[in-house]
Amino acid sequence: MGIQTPNGFNLDNSGKRIVVDPVTRIEGHMRVEVNVDADNVIRNAVSTGTMWRGIEVILKNRDPRDAWAFTERICGVCTGTHALTSVRAVENALGITIPENANSIRNLMQLALQVHDHIVHFYHLHALDWVDVVSALSADPRATSTLAQSISNWPLSSPGYFKDLQTRLKKFVESGQLGPFKNGYWGSKAYRLPPEANLMAVAHYLEALDFQKEIVKIHTVFGGKNPHPNWLVGGVPCPINVDGTGAVGAINMERLNLISSIIDRLIEFNEMVYLPDVAAIGSFYKDWLYGGGLSGKSVLSYGDVPEHANDYSAKSLKLPRGAIINGNLSEVFPVDLANPDEIQEFVVHSWYKYPDETKGLHPWDGVTEPNYVLGANAKGTKTAIEQLDEAGKYSWIKAPRWKGHAMEVGPLARWIVGYAQNKAEFKDPVDKFLKDLNLPTSALFSTLGRTAARALESVWAGRQMRYFQDKLVANIKAGDSSTANVDKWKPESWPKEAKGVGFTEAPRGALAHWIKIKDTKIDNYQCVVPTTWNGSPRDPKGNIGAFEASLMNTPMVNPEQPLEILRTIHSFDPCLACSTHVMSPDGQELAKVKVR
Amino acid sequence: MGTATETFYSVIRRQGITRRSFHKFCSLTATSLGLGPLAASRIANALETKPRVPVIWMHGLECTCCSESFIRSAHPLVKDAVLSMISLDYDDTIMAAAGHQAEAILDETRAKHKGQYILAVEGNPPLNEGGMFCIDGGKPFVEKLKLMAEDAMAIIAWGACASWGCVQAAKPNPTQATPIDKVITNKPIIKVPGCPPIAEVMTGVVTFITTFGKLPELDRQGRPKMFYSQRIHDKCYRRPHFDAGQFVEEWDDEAARKGYCLYKMGCKGPTTYNACSTVRWNGGVSFPIQSGHGCIGCSEDGFWDKGSFYDRLTTIKQFGIEKNADQIGMVAAGAVGAAVAAHAAVTAVKRLASKREDVDHNS
Repeated sequence: MGIQTPNGFNLDNSGKRIVVDPVTRIEGHMRVEVNVDADNVIRNAVSTGTMWRGIEVILKNRDPRDAWAFTERICGVCTGTHALTSVRAVENALGITIPENANSIRNLMQLALQVHDHIVHFYHLHALDWVDVVSALSADPRATSTLAQSISNWPLSSPGYFKDLQTRLKKFVESGQLGPFKNGYWGSKAYRLPPEANLMAVAHYLEALDFQKEIVKIHTVFGGKNPHPNWLVGGVPCPINVDGTGAVGAINMERLNLISSIIDRLIEFNEMVYLPDVAAIGSFYKDWLYGGGLSGKSVLSYGDVPEHANDYSAKSLKLPRGAIINGNLSEVFPVDLANPDEIQEFVVHSWYKYPDETKGLHPWDGVTEPNYVLGANAKGTKTAIEQLDEAGKYSWIKAPRWKGHAMEVGPLARWIVGYAQNKAEFKDPVDKFLKDLNLPTSALFSTLGRTAARALESVWAGRQMRYFQDKLVANIKAGDSSTANVDKWKPESWPKEAKGVGFTEAPRGALAHWIKIKDTKIDNYQCVVPTTWNGSPRDPKGNIGAFEASLMNTPMVNPEQPLEILRTIHSFDPCLACSTHVMSPDGQELAKVKVR
Repeated sequence: MGTATETFYSVIRRQGITRRSFHKFCSLTATSLGLGPLAASRIANALETKPRVPVIWMHGLECTCCSESFIRSAHPLVKDAVLSMISLDYDDTIMAAAGHQAEAILDETRAKHKGQYILAVEGNPPLNEGGMFCIDGGKPFVEKLKLMAEDAMAIIAWGACASWGCVQAAKPNPTQATPIDKVITNKPIIKVPGCPPIAEVMTGVVTFITTFGKLPELDRQGRPKMFYSQRIHDKCYRRPHFDAGQFVEEWDDEAARKGYCLYKMGCKGPTTYNACSTVRWNGGVSFPIQSGHGCIGCSEDGFWDKGSFYDRLTTIKQFGIEKNADQIGMVAAGAVGAAVAAHAAVTAVKRLASKREDVDHNS
């Protein structure tokens, strides 16, 4: 028995229901319910966004030049990427161009975020799905050193280094206060690393924690702080003054040197620690190739990192742009964010109301009216949910579709698109990674593939940062110090009505903001974000979203310990604060209910 | 290294706290929890035998920027804070456990560490829709928050969300997002505002408690005086340009490149109480004004609803004149700048006393 979804999954909810709420080590609030069969294999999956903040409602009637600051606060993890998307949307609507230096600086900030986010995601949100911290206590430090030196020339690899770390870890565990490691799934058979690999990974967990704070200093130089650096419609707020009066307070030689040294260090960390770790861990899990979900079927990337200022065509974008459907890698479709027939959002299974819920709406014409009701077969009450009913409404996330298809977005989607387009900078690293592990190309469509693509992308992004830093310096050298275009700064210079769209590739996937401006104020603002795509509930045709698809047919070692669910969900790097906010065109009054 | 198995008591003793002060701290804690003298000795006993203070870090409606900021701390390094100074037993952003294994930690903490744990709150509870705009474990987040607050030793409100409401509470506040002191009314709350707060300010507040064995002195709004008693403007390195009437007139002009004052570009430094111009950000690398953008006032109550970030601070209603700055400013500014300087050379010191004029999150 079961239901066949149009996108090719057989759903059977007759088995035992497992609920994971809260899903931890993600941004925001999320719940997962699955049904497992008699062999503890997942046969039905339900993913739920469990928060809503309403930021687009709040944006209505505000100054479009301020929107970056509001939307930046959608997410403090991918900090800056919403702000960049927002200034691009406003510039697109008003026809504002930015100077070449501003493009290089924005790219440096966006790429610094990619690297930071990928490293923090892997080590601090995802690693504990692969690494057994307690097992590290029984590692031989000498053998750990041998292992570390066999995979990389990273200098922190002596037996004494690992011994000291192990001693500290031992004292920590013996204190009986395990802090964030408390109640973890230590000792589970789902963990496959030998103690030495676990110890090495724990060492790098702590090193990455120290190092990540250095990466973001690039945001601090250009944007004044991190998280939440400052941005500007028309360019960037930091002026360049390399050797004139007052240079000491602007982007000068000292600042450029600081950026450059951070880039050198992050390239080193990517290539000597992060990627080798992923390959090493992957080698122990290479027969655990579950979690592919939609990645082998339908993936979407908007592209990002424009080579030239103001040119957002696919040709100018260094991260690839395109859509692949039905697993046909030989055809990459163009994507048009302004076309009302391409991207549409559905709410039949989301806690919102449409006049006609069989139809989807393009973001420029999006409607959102919260409608919190549980399905007829839900268990519990409205304020104490025991079990959701996926036949009814069950998530604060809408269901976006590209030409009707549920799509996966993110690093793996980008790299599959780049691979399918035969671009060497994407194809070669993927082929090498798989070859080193002796895996076929199809292994890419998996949880492990998603995690590997993120590491490969971090390496790629580090190299691109070097490129744009050099480009920035060369342009300054050529006599151009301009960082902002103020021709249309004043609202008096704007048309009475305008609309635009801005897009980026956030660390976790394709991100776009759609804006309508009327009488110099925001009339409508819509964000469709990566986790809206990946965390989407079912649509009217019954297609399941990327999270749900990825969990299907995964065997669990112990259904009481949701390790496999966490591993695969984390491989997407979910960001729930991002995914769950949409706008009502009239900012309607909502019902108020007092709690206790 | 080596401090991992030390008790809270041995840590603070090593840092020069007397046994007498330690017991005073325990008594005050017991009193603030409404517990009797027996509880004080129980707390003392626990702190003498328990290695590190348990910290429960909860997330409501927020964007996680406070957690991200916390892990940027350069001194102490966050790994040292987590491994040796506190016991971060629950933080859904980084904890290994999920689902009911995570939930079990909250029950255990309340049972085992009653009156001995710090509750740190990032984000805030929405009250509309029965609280179900933020669901945690199938229930409204606000319920979990109240429950954990009941038995906490101290409560920290991280950031603008927990302290004031922040972006989701900006007009029209569709979810009725509510600062935590409006739902936890029987406990003192340490507010550490900012969007996010500075990393070293966050770790500074936590380590102050563990180092000095007492809660920091707070101002009338509940903020630690050590970090929030002066305005960005008071300590801004560009202040001499303000006083001299030298202003940036548009983005990337000559004045911007020379690092003149950003007041005319909308800088909210004159009305914002925070440590940015002194502690600065990310290990002292910069702060917003140094990097060419005005302060947007992110540590102030209702900063989202005070007009555009690029509007000049002309709406300040109460002025106090700083005579010297005023005179210097008027002389230097010249004809065009004079009117601006007249506005600019006032301070908003009385702003501290003024209430939120037009914002009411909880209506």
